[in-house]
Amino acid sequence: MTELVAVPPGIVTSEAERRERPVWQLLLARPAFVIGAALLLFWIVCAIFGSDIAPHNPLAQQLLATNKPPSAAHWFGTDQLGRDVFSRVIVGSRSILIIAPLATLLGVVLGTALGLALGYLGGVADVLVSRVVEAVLALPAIIVIFLFVVALGVSTLNQILIIGFIFMPLVARTVRSAVQVEGQLDYVPAARLLGERPGRMMFVEILPNVMPTVLVEFTVRLGYAIFAVATLAFLGFGVQLSTPNWGTDINADYVLLGAGDWWETLFPALAIASLIIAINLVADAMEQVLAG
Amino acid sequence: MAIYLLRRLGLAIVTLFLLSLIIFLAGQVLPGNPARSILGPLAAESAVRALDHQLGVDRPLLAQYWSWITGMLHGNMGESYQYQSPVEPLLRAALVNSAKLGALALVVIVPLGILGGVIAALNAGRPLDRIISLTGLSAATVPEFVSGIVVIVIFSVVLKILPATAQAPAGSSFLTQLRYLILPAVPLVFVLFGYIARMARAGTIEALESDYVRTATLKGLKRHVVIWRHVLRNSLLPTITVIATQTGYLIGGLVVVETLFNYQGIGNLIYHAATDKDFPMLEAGVLTVGVVYMVATVIADVLTTLLNPRLRTGAIQ
Repeated sequence: MTELVAVPPGIVTSEAERRERPVWQLLLARPAFVIGAALLLFWIVCAIFGSDIAPHNPLAQQLLATNKPPSAAHWFGTDQLGRDVFSRVIVGSRSILIIAPLATLLGVVLGTALGLALGYLGGVADVLVSRVVEAVLALPAIIVIFLFVVALGVSTLNQILIIGFIFMPLVARTVRSAVQVEGQLDYVPAARLLGERPGRMMFVEILPNVMPTVLVEFTVRLGYAIFAVATLAFLGFGVQLSTPNWGTDINADYVLLGAGDWWETLFPALAIASLIIAINLVADAMEQVLAG
Repeated sequence: MAIYLLRRLGLAIVTLFLLSLIIFLAGQVLPGNPARSILGPLAAESAVRALDHQLGVDRPLLAQYWSWITGMLHGNMGESYQYQSPVEPLLRAALVNSAKLGALALVVIVPLGILGGVIAALNAGRPLDRIISLTGLSAATVPEFVSGIVVIVIFSVVLKILPATAQAPAGSSFLTQLRYLILPAVPLVFVLFGYIARMARAGTIEALESDYVRTATLKGLKRHVVIWRHVLRNSLLPTITVIATQTGYLIGGLVVVETLFNYQGIGNLIYHAATDKDFPMLEAGVLTVGVVYMVATVIADVLTTLLNPRLRTGAIQ
């Protein structure tokens, strides 16, 4: 049936190119990836060197200049305590860029191991775990996460553990189906006939082949982790580090929107949006290149 | 088909049972003694123990679960610690409020999402497709409070044409209530657009590549007739499923949106129940969310079965 469809010559060459050119070259050829990566890099630089870049001390209060709109001295205005919003936005990337990637890493590592085991071994455990996963998925993830944060208390470690463990079954589900697809390929029974043990089968034979799925899952989950961390902070469960935190700042100031003081909430909100969009652009390009 | 539906229903009940166990155990994990939080830190230890006994929280776990779940099945959701009154009427009022907001969001998003997905599919691989897909993906992962703040700043602070809170004054007309709900619905629409458009796009592309569409095209039907009569009908099947599964998500989004816009819905209720350690309210609220989600997915499965001729006649098991 495919012979009926005329294939434009360009597609054939790009297919051949795809196999020859390294992944990073394919990624850099995509404008969306370049924009996303540049934005992401900007926030990473802010997270590391924030206090050197910021024009003011983000913690310095000026009680005579509270809730001032944007001006030449304070580009993003000042907040309820007269602190410089621009400096707080720059420095505020740190806490979210510490918690979200670590939580994602934990969830992806555990979820990949679980998904490999479920997909390769199958059986009763597979059925049982799938049921429990479905029961957990019946609740919006953010409700589950925030229940556990309320239960266990707010701390950096708790947030990483909770988000990581909530992501584990979600990642496992994706990896599990990728493993099941691999299981249909000839190399799996071939390796098994050679007498390879299940552990070696899963981690040495199958894992490298599902690695593109795992990488894409990592970038997609990272976006959701930032969503979750920011939302928790907005709901008043932000980790109190020595540095400012976008979601916590919004939580403290959003009631002032009614009075017309928009700069204290809008700029941190736009910072969150830009970080998430940057990660999406990177994730989407990786999905196109690695899985496409 | 009857067997398939019965099996589906059975699975939903098993899942709900597991969910009720998880919620109940999570309620036990939440630290803090209920009687202590009602009576305050200065109350005598004996009074706390007496109230614990009266609330029944000093009994074995299994007994507590049994009386809780049988109460739920009989519509008795217990007494809220926080409000010192039955949970059921409070939960019902909040659910009605949330349903209004959720319904408004769905009425806007379903046609919009399907339209976006179909347009993307008809332009598959072209820039318009990438733009719709990337916008959808980004909108879906920007937290509701972020997009909520942006629309409040634009429409409420700068243009001053819509209120920044969701709660209309008591006794307002339908139109006034609707006006108050427009801004809160926007973040929910943003989040759901990407998911629905993505499913509609995938369904449309699959239908476009199918044999019957090829046949319809080859027998000389005009493109818009092919799309309207053959493609759309089939592309909507997976979309129904995703709309149902996103209902659960919608309720999660309500926690944030109802907080930002100060709206007395179920999200707000669950949020305050959790922060105030109001276990009966929290457990009933979260279980209600689970039930709503389950009902929505079962309805979606039934609809999909009824609309798909191969499933309807039992050709596919």
